[in-house]
Amino acid sequence: MNTKHLLPGLALGLSAAIGGNALAEEDPIKVGVLHSLSGTMAISESTLKDTVLMMVEQQNEAGGVLGRPLEAVVVDPASDWPLFAEKARELLEEEEVDVIFGSWTSVSRKSVLPVVEELNGLMFYPVQYEGEESSENIFYTGAAPNQQAIPAVDYLMNDLGIERWVLAGTDYVYPRTTNKILEAYLMDHGVAEEDIMINYTPFSHSDWQSIVSDIKEFGSAGKPTAVVSTINGDANVPFYRELGNQNIDSFEIPVVAFSVGEEELSGIDTGPLVGHLAAWNYFQSVDSDANDEFIAAWHEFTGDDSRVTNDPMEATYIGFKMWVQAVEDAGTTDVDAVEAAMIGQEVPNLTGGMAVMNANHHLSKPVLIGEIQDDGQFEVVWSTDGVVAGDAWSDFLPDSKMLIADWTDPINCGNYNTETETCSGQNY
Amino acid sequence: MKRLCLWATLWLLTSTALAESLFEQRLGELTEASLAETQSLLEALEAEGDPRLLPLFDALFNGNLYYRDADQTLVAADPNTGDAPYIGILSGEVIASLNEDNVTKVRVNNRLRRYLNDALARLKLTAPDPAIREAAVNELLTQLNADTIAQLDVLRADEQNAKVQQALDTALNLYTAQSSDQVGARVQAIGELSSSLQNAVRNALARLAEDEDAPEAVQNAAAESLNSIEQKFTFYGYVDQLFFGLSLGSVLLLAAFGLAITFGVMGVINMAHGEMLMLGAYTTFVVQQLMPNAINQSIWVAIPMAFLVAGSVGVLIERCVIRFLHGRPLETLLATFGISLILQQLVRTIFSPLNRRVVAPDWLSGSWQINPALSLTFNRLYILIFALIVFALLVLIMKKTALGLQVRAVSQNRAMAKAMGIKTDWVDALTFGLGSGIAGVGGVALSQLTNVGPNLGQSYIIDSFMVVVFGGVGNLYGTLVAAFSLGVANKFLEPITGTVLATTLVLVFIILFIQKRPKGLFPQRGRAAE
Amino acid sequence: MNAVMHFLSLGRAPGSKTLPFVAILFGVTLLASLGNLLIPETSALHVSTYTITLLGKYLSYALLALSVDVIWGYCGILSLGHGAFFALGGYAMGMYLMRQIGDRGVYGNPILPDFMVFLNWDELPWFWLGMDQFWFAMLMVVFVPGLLAFVFGWLAFHSRVTGVYLSIITQALTYALMLAFFRNEMGFGGNNGLTDFKDLLGFDLQSDTTRVALFAITAVILGGVYVLSQAILKSRFGKVVEAIRDGENRVRFLGYRTERYKVGLFVYSAVIAGIAGALYVPQVGIINPGEFAPLKSIELVVWVAVGGRGTLYGAVVGALLVNYAKTRFTAILPDGWLFILGGLFVLVTLFLPKGLVGLVGQLRSRFKPSKTTEEPAA
Repeated sequence: MNTKHLLPGLALGLSAAIGGNALAEEDPIKVGVLHSLSGTMAISESTLKDTVLMMVEQQNEAGGVLGRPLEAVVVDPASDWPLFAEKARELLEEEEVDVIFGSWTSVSRKSVLPVVEELNGLMFYPVQYEGEESSENIFYTGAAPNQQAIPAVDYLMNDLGIERWVLAGTDYVYPRTTNKILEAYLMDHGVAEEDIMINYTPFSHSDWQSIVSDIKEFGSAGKPTAVVSTINGDANVPFYRELGNQNIDSFEIPVVAFSVGEEELSGIDTGPLVGHLAAWNYFQSVDSDANDEFIAAWHEFTGDDSRVTNDPMEATYIGFKMWVQAVEDAGTTDVDAVEAAMIGQEVPNLTGGMAVMNANHHLSKPVLIGEIQDDGQFEVVWSTDGVVAGDAWSDFLPDSKMLIADWTDPINCGNYNTETETCSGQNY
Repeated sequence: MKRLCLWATLWLLTSTALAESLFEQRLGELTEASLAETQSLLEALEAEGDPRLLPLFDALFNGNLYYRDADQTLVAADPNTGDAPYIGILSGEVIASLNEDNVTKVRVNNRLRRYLNDALARLKLTAPDPAIREAAVNELLTQLNADTIAQLDVLRADEQNAKVQQALDTALNLYTAQSSDQVGARVQAIGELSSSLQNAVRNALARLAEDEDAPEAVQNAAAESLNSIEQKFTFYGYVDQLFFGLSLGSVLLLAAFGLAITFGVMGVINMAHGEMLMLGAYTTFVVQQLMPNAINQSIWVAIPMAFLVAGSVGVLIERCVIRFLHGRPLETLLATFGISLILQQLVRTIFSPLNRRVVAPDWLSGSWQINPALSLTFNRLYILIFALIVFALLVLIMKKTALGLQVRAVSQNRAMAKAMGIKTDWVDALTFGLGSGIAGVGGVALSQLTNVGPNLGQSYIIDSFMVVVFGGVGNLYGTLVAAFSLGVANKFLEPITGTVLATTLVLVFIILFIQKRPKGLFPQRGRAAE
Repeated sequence: MNAVMHFLSLGRAPGSKTLPFVAILFGVTLLASLGNLLIPETSALHVSTYTITLLGKYLSYALLALSVDVIWGYCGILSLGHGAFFALGGYAMGMYLMRQIGDRGVYGNPILPDFMVFLNWDELPWFWLGMDQFWFAMLMVVFVPGLLAFVFGWLAFHSRVTGVYLSIITQALTYALMLAFFRNEMGFGGNNGLTDFKDLLGFDLQSDTTRVALFAITAVILGGVYVLSQAILKSRFGKVVEAIRDGENRVRFLGYRTERYKVGLFVYSAVIAGIAGALYVPQVGIINPGEFAPLKSIELVVWVAVGGRGTLYGAVVGALLVNYAKTRFTAILPDGWLFILGGLFVLVTLFLPKGLVGLVGQLRSRFKPSKTTEEPAA
């Protein structure tokens, strides 16, 4: 341990003494953290910033990477989408970071994407999202729709016998895509059009009276009804409150959510929510050694035993571990080499099994469905048998079902049309 | 000797087990069954028909069923607290030694809850409380079959309570309407059903009206009854919408009260107003943290506390910043905007950027079921009443107290008021404090509806300004009318245009309205207002 | 008004600030551009592309601030919705850039932008027609904000909505537009807005040369607008405008149709804001409804106040300084920069009613007693 630290330290001293950049190898490896610390998204993103910092700290205690220490560079894009692009450029050009962990919303990722592609940066995106994208420079460690939405609907259909569906979401691209995929999927499974109700609300919507009453009305037609919710962050609290107050019980009309995790629940009075569902790749309540260790480390790092862990944190964890392994394998932080080494990397999931990075830059992960408990945790009621491979391009959308992403030779393309055998939409 | 004892115990055990029932044996299995096995186990238990089923199912349904870790004795937690005192299911007595550390919860999922809900309805048909009996009958409407009907028939004969009788009649009629082989009886039953507002009835009639196999007379009768039911539903739908609108209005009103004072009366473009709401909401959170065992009462502490906290911050702001900006209203905007940024970040630093959990007191949860087609949620109802009370108090303060008189005097003619001996500085500080304090009180109400987080204020600031400007600056009645009319307009537009467009249209309407009547609905009259 | 005149006359001849301003602006632009293009990256004098895009963004903001200052500082109209005009100009430019992507989009549709393919639209909505022509798009950059400002200003100023009321309804205007643009059905890309631009008039937006060119164009336009605004404000028209600020009723009683002057100036200001938006979008690479957020509009008023309203260079200085501070502090103090920003606003309002450039003036007159006597603040 000591010698491990001593060597780079010595080298660092030497290089400083010589003053040249010949020994730049021993400089710290810079890890950029691009998560909003203020503005509307700070609620979710600041936790991920802390997660990356914790991982960096752990890695440094374990001797760094390639014998070099890691240094986190934190910036605040302030929930301002153009600022994400600017900060990404700052991280890559000014700070010369070797990797970026960042973004939460799709629009922030879309804003950053051209920058990391232009400057050939490397980025890890840790949140469940709508798919329909695969960039050479981005690794998507959150769930694609087929790793969250489709299994959840399968569960509702097969295990709970749901016949009538409310697809409620916030009006932006993730719910729109997910609902489109689900609508196509449900219709494929014989659900009639009048048994699907789709509703969109603005961000931070707070007055749910009419919508919940519509849902109640829709659900009173005598068929088992469920709500598939892609309602985002802030709007959930008033939504669930209204559900509870209008006496919509989880056993009558269960709500399965894709954006409500432990973190969100920690800000909600969960009493009226008990029994409602969420689909994720990770729950804090899952009992495993790796998970216990992770939770303990998190509590120690934050100094707060009541802090919860959640799915995007696990995605950050897996992404970080994979990146470290890929850098060690490649023997360099050079982006192209690391990118090539990333594919096929395996890291144990916190919930058991192995997460594998596929050639389309998406992970294979297990899917879990949990019921909300009154302590703000989830009780797993269903899970997939093995892992599900993330699908970058949905098979249920007419415009993308012939598209695949494969970043290995000979295809080497994020947007490859298997019918025309052409690669399109690539910038670099 | 020892052996004898053992034998005796064993004999006793087996004999009681034989004598008492399979019930207890099955019950023992409950703690070990997987979720998938539980339902068949519960069905078996129900078949045994034991009087202890009701407390058992009730506890399980509500997530209050636990077992003692030591010997797996089943106990029910207190339904109000969710933990001690625990009551033994078999013994029916309090087991004092138990607390949350030495019991484990029996798991349920939605499928079990659904089964339990129906089973409880069956069990509660003979409950002593007529309201419970009535609810149980209504719950059974979706699962009528020959067995339950036979049971209901018997119950109907002995039933004394008119409401329960009515519910039973509905159930019997519904069954007849669907399953009788005599067309006449069916038509008559369908006719009787036209006065029911039960969803199950409505659905059954809708099915009958469409049913090709049913005799034409039945179809027609069903269509007719359905029509009259639908009319009632439409009417109650409007009542619902009106209530939603008034409720939204009351929220706008609570959010705008403070601004009606700081902006309306003092002319300060108070961009930090939203943060006063936020402070009120956070105060509610802190108060709940301080008195975790008295959540139901905490709100009565939170209201005055929120007033004090937000009010004193308001006085502080007035003393340190606003008073230097008299007569420069547009500049107050800049300064208070800065203050709002600081306050938000302050809250973020102290309480973290995460939302905080504010628990709703029991009496604010649930809804008041007027009839099956119309129910008003309690929290909305109370908030509506609360808004009106605050309004009345505010009007009282402004019209009847010395402070109110002075405030009005200063806002109308500062120099003259000062000449009359009014301490204008003092009045300014108090007015701003009052406005901020009232905003804090509004925040308490908002904490019951929405997120308590650093961005809480921002989501209400624009709405608040709209309400005050639309109503006419400086006029409390204007604010009241504006809030309710905007709320109602919004809610009646929403089903037609969707949520976002409704809000947008209302905004466009306000913009055009202000162009037409620049001083709002109720402009202040007289020279002073110029 | 007197204060402003006093300010401008700090130099020898009235209006002599124009020349130094334009000289400094162009000088810095030239140096930065050459520093990026000619000096190799290893050199310490090299100006990184990051700096260039940052400067380009600041200059677009400066132009926006200028547009606010023209109506606020000189005519007393405080618009809290100027972000709307900026965003509309930006959207017009964004629509052009979207059409330029052609079949290089994700779904490879030659006509429809990706988000329309995704929403199952079959054809381009009418308001997207013609946006593939640069000249038409540029016309829209000017025309749409101008028209909105004209209609809005016509209604508001004719019914004599003034002061606080005007500020609040401009805020409502931008808020309503924000909500509308957030809707995916509107055909402007919803929350994600327009992004992933490829090229402008055939020039690759990602190349350093294009970036420097855009930056330089922004500087030239800023300089041009500065000179033009100065000329307008010095003209007879400008005098009436300032008189309206200081006493609208008196001007009206003198027989001037004040609302016409106000509408004219408001439209002019909105057009500048639109141009600023159009310059901003290709440099930051995204336009989305967030630009309509009322908070952004308030913020830009604050830039002007910090710099010093009623002097055009004050607005520019304010925009540059506040944004630079924001860039620095979000990096240095990610958790605390809002304290600093908020504190700055409060302190400036309290102690520097004439903004930072006013402070310079105050200091100068203290050290070098001016021949003209100090005038009270406007």
